[in-house]
Amino acid sequence: MKISIQAEDFDIGEEVALLRQDSNATGAIVTFSGLVRDLESERQVHSLTLEHYPGMTESSLEKIIREAEQRWPMQDVTVIHRIGELLAGDQIVMVAVASAHRRAAFEACEFIMDYLKTRAPFWKKCRDETGESWVEAKDSDSDASRRWQT
Amino acid sequence: MIAVHYFANIRESLGIEHENIELPEAVDTVEKLIDHLVSQHGSQWGEVLNANPVMVAVNHEMSGRSAAVAAGDEIAFFPPVTGG
Repeated sequence: MKISIQAEDFDIGEEVALLRQDSNATGAIVTFSGLVRDLESERQVHSLTLEHYPGMTESSLEKIIREAEQRWPMQDVTVIHRIGELLAGDQIVMVAVASAHRRAAFEACEFIMDYLKTRAPFWKKCRDETGESWVEAKDSDSDASRRWQT
Repeated sequence: MIAVHYFANIRESLGIEHENIELPEAVDTVEKLIDHLVSQHGSQWGEVLNANPVMVAVNHEMSGRSAAVAAGDEIAFFPPVTGG
């Protein structure tokens, strides 16, 4: 398991290569990466600033991954989340799941992202043409997270 | 002593990032801690901390207002999370 909270950018190819080295039992690696959109609520985004709660962020991500491990057989997982100021087009987050089979890898990757969005203590402040404002939590993210609880 | 952290718009509204507080004996839940903070800092704090939805973590675990609080704990107040 690799969890990294960092200001620097990441290279998905390098992260996947590291997961491939882990085990020959891996038959599937699914990756998700999240990027900064240039439009938010039809306004031009200049930048996003990511704040987090050091300590709780890492422990909540570890808990989310442990919960995924209870549900799907996984070989390994990498979660990287960036903090600080990011510009439109920048990478914010990546989740990569290595598993023996694709279904587990797809589902676990989606589960980890859905839970990260609603449980990991990160906050986004958006700077656009009208000024600065905190991004509000979306109901669609809560709904996505809730569907795993049934 | 307990450590109290404030994040994102809560931090900005209250104008404070972090404080250490001597915990009176009667203050043994998050709810009572909020009342105590309001009595120390003023009613504006009540408006911010009792607004819905403000989330609370006790020792890095998401918690409710009825969660227990004791000396040595780390409490945090923050808005719903928006990472990813």
